[in-house]
Amino acid sequence: MIQEFKKIWKQYAITMLWLLGILWPLLGIHPDGTLSFRQTFTVWSYILAGTFICFIFYIINKSDNFKLLTEPIANTSQKLNNSLQSMPSWIWKSALLFGAVIYPIATGRYATDVAINVLLYVSLGLGLYVVVGLAGMLDLGHIAFYGVGAYTYAILNVKYGMGFWVCFPFAGLSACIAGCIVGYPTLKMRGDYLAIVTLGFGEIVRIILNNWMSLTNGPNGILGVKSIGILRPVMENGFTFEMFWVTKLELFYYFALGLAILTIIAVTRLGSSRIGRAWESIREDETAAELMGVNTFYYKLLAYAMGAIFAGFAGALFAARMRFVSPESFTFLESVMLLCMVVLGGMNSIPGIILGVIALIALPEVFRGLESYRMLVFGSTMVIMMLFRPSGLIAAKRKKMMETKQPEERG
Amino acid sequence: MDSFIQQLINGITLGGIYALIALGYTMVYGVIQLINFAHGEFFATGGYVGVICLSFFTGLGYMETHPIFCLTASFALAMMYCAYLAIGVEKIAYKPLRKESRLAALLSALGVSIFLSNGLMLTQGVYDKAYPSELFQNGFNVGIITISYLQILIVCLTAVLLVALNLLVFKTKIGMAMRATAQDKTMSALVAIGSNRIISLTFAIGAGLAAAAGIMVGLYYGSVRYDMGFLPGIKAFSAAVLGGIGNITGAMLGGLIIGMVEIFGAGYISGEYKDVFAFIILIGVLYFKPTGIMGENIDDTRV
Amino acid sequence: MSDNTTSNNPTEPILELKGVYSGYGSIKALRDVSLKVYPGEIVAIIGANGAGKSTTLMTICGIVPLEKGDIIYNGKSTKRIAPEKLPPLGLCQVPEGRRIFPRLTVEENLILGAFYRDDKPEIKKDIDHVYSLFPVLGERNRQKGGTLSGGEQQMLAIGRALMTKPKVLLLDEPSLGLAPLIIHQIFEIISDINKNQGTTILLVEQNANLALQAATRGYVLETGEITLEDKASSLLHNPEIRKAYLGE
Repeated sequence: MIQEFKKIWKQYAITMLWLLGILWPLLGIHPDGTLSFRQTFTVWSYILAGTFICFIFYIINKSDNFKLLTEPIANTSQKLNNSLQSMPSWIWKSALLFGAVIYPIATGRYATDVAINVLLYVSLGLGLYVVVGLAGMLDLGHIAFYGVGAYTYAILNVKYGMGFWVCFPFAGLSACIAGCIVGYPTLKMRGDYLAIVTLGFGEIVRIILNNWMSLTNGPNGILGVKSIGILRPVMENGFTFEMFWVTKLELFYYFALGLAILTIIAVTRLGSSRIGRAWESIREDETAAELMGVNTFYYKLLAYAMGAIFAGFAGALFAARMRFVSPESFTFLESVMLLCMVVLGGMNSIPGIILGVIALIALPEVFRGLESYRMLVFGSTMVIMMLFRPSGLIAAKRKKMMETKQPEERG
Repeated sequence: MDSFIQQLINGITLGGIYALIALGYTMVYGVIQLINFAHGEFFATGGYVGVICLSFFTGLGYMETHPIFCLTASFALAMMYCAYLAIGVEKIAYKPLRKESRLAALLSALGVSIFLSNGLMLTQGVYDKAYPSELFQNGFNVGIITISYLQILIVCLTAVLLVALNLLVFKTKIGMAMRATAQDKTMSALVAIGSNRIISLTFAIGAGLAAAAGIMVGLYYGSVRYDMGFLPGIKAFSAAVLGGIGNITGAMLGGLIIGMVEIFGAGYISGEYKDVFAFIILIGVLYFKPTGIMGENIDDTRV
Repeated sequence: MSDNTTSNNPTEPILELKGVYSGYGSIKALRDVSLKVYPGEIVAIIGANGAGKSTTLMTICGIVPLEKGDIIYNGKSTKRIAPEKLPPLGLCQVPEGRRIFPRLTVEENLILGAFYRDDKPEIKKDIDHVYSLFPVLGERNRQKGGTLSGGEQQMLAIGRALMTKPKVLLLDEPSLGLAPLIIHQIFEIISDINKNQGTTILLVEQNANLALQAATRGYVLETGEITLEDKASSLLHNPEIRKAYLGE
């Protein structure tokens, strides 16, 4: 323990002194020409106290003093893992599904609301996973497709009175077209050039939504979007159908769940198909893929289109649920959050992405008590997560799966 | 025609500011292949430190007696502060990730960006902070063209900084070492160039230039805001990419182009969509020249 | 510089590897490698592709981290010395594939060789010396490094290493991808550097014949382990070596 402490206390002390130097000009220089130190010191000592506790925990953890605690946990999780692996996968899959189905009944309105958000973001995140994780193209504007989908439904519904189910494919289609529009000029670009173009595209979409008053009603957004309508058979007065609006949150949850499950299945199938392998080859080495006869042009465009379609569907559902869309929901920060979800959970594993989505939706909800400090904590959590788990929460497991799986596939 | 020249002058002013910010992106990218998303926040922080210093001097009453000294000191202090901030940020948030995937470092940079802009909001308030100085607001007229002294100051200072940077990078040994580190870090170590020091220096220079741009924007528009780093940040990044990321001359050129496009687009086409033009030009240029105007063929670097 | 002349005693090795283990992550490229280089020698390490020759040099320079064992240079362990602190101590490497800074001019490449030195007139003199060794570099001093031919790049890489004033020069595959005539020329200069400047040279080569002809002693490296150590001339006549590495 002492040794661990010796190794990093110097770095810690320097960091803290650096922080003091950063804080003082911001807090201690006043416009009336006076200097003060008190406020800076108070703020600094709070931070010092907070980080010192973390620091101590870190050292204790590093020097294995938590063994008493962590070992049993690790053991049980190992056992659980083993028993899970020996169980046929349909058992835990159906258990998960069952849990998901009874979730809104078992929990309250607020929890259901958060869960719907999670499910929508699962579809979005998996769409982004196709682009970033499978095809290896950095996309910093994915939320734009979500916006396109949401606005497509909102506009068609409010202006032309079209129902959800008619608009739903259109939302996917228009997002897909948007995906091709951004995909086409970027096909020749590689790596970080893509990042700025997708970022720029996301901003263009947001600015257009913000300024095209006649179509999108600008920053005020579109109000009065109808919810999902389903035709329900009615037996009175003979057999007729009656329009039934899904207004209850619990019912809406099942639509979001349906979409999420659909996306999970679709992306899993895509990933293990011929197309998925083509994407992975492009990710690993585009030049080699091209030489091996993979039509990189087509597959890259397809990746954008697929990613956008899922985002568009999720967007339509989002508009139907909020009954309101505005450009504020589709900012760069949302794209960043989305990318975070994909990377944080462990890129290249679908359960990882779901975990990432849950973590990043739930985390701000937990931090809600911190109010204005929320984003500050969010930003620093992002950095700390990356420093300690740079390849995501459950990345290591995926490798194992790959190693054991590969011979099977070949054989 | 007169309005054209007027726009041209405004465009050069804005373009110079973008160029200053873009240099930080391009230099950092050149050395460690990281899109430093926190760079826009260095720019905003520079603007804030500038307003803090100028207000402080105004409070002391020096602003009336020694305006030039106060302005110079504010610029110097803000640039030093941001350099100090950037060095620390690099050591804490980027250095441990140098061997990890580039996506991890990118997300770390995004995290720093969110952290810094919210840190500014918490310490400096949510509302616009006004620059105290009415200095340089007046100007002179040539025909119907108005040139403010502030514009002259901005253009001259930008030019001085750009020339100084060029001299540093292309004429000195340390500049040579920077370029060498950008090209091959292992080999640089084999000829006794410590890459950590060079990377710190790169961050410091980039952040210093961004801080100068921050004060200029503050003086030009009269106020600063905690989230002002975002849009100029991504536009400057566009400028860096437009010029060919990693290329210093390219970043200057890209900055000027983006500034011009924005001013002319706003003047002749539509003010509401002025932010769109920069991106459209970017996409258009990259479509025909995927590595930017002056970019060389980069390696196939992927996320 | 710490010119510790006492340790330059010919009986004491200037560079010694003691049971070195190293590698990239979980892959062990070197296992228990021990070798000694005495001042003024040319020592050759020969071995097949992937035997760990380049890793040996990179481990000596601290680029590939040492896992076990120790490296003694000039009587001191280099374990705690950062890679960029080694050239000032007189340990310099010309890595595999030359690794010229491609977008820097020839002259800038040479100046960077002397990055740690502050003596401007001396540097100027040394640059002229390199140009006299390799006249072609002097003709092309304003040209970008990347535009040179393979042989010229190798000359530039050696010249750049000489700018660090090395006591021990590590050369990794100087013959790689070069025409026979150029190889001959380069090996002549290597011998010249060794003789006239007293620079100790550790040479890694796939071209065993060439390397052993130039060297005083040789080591054979096979899959990360030293399997043979002898005088270069005896290695050259060792039938097994001739069979395995000289294609007979």
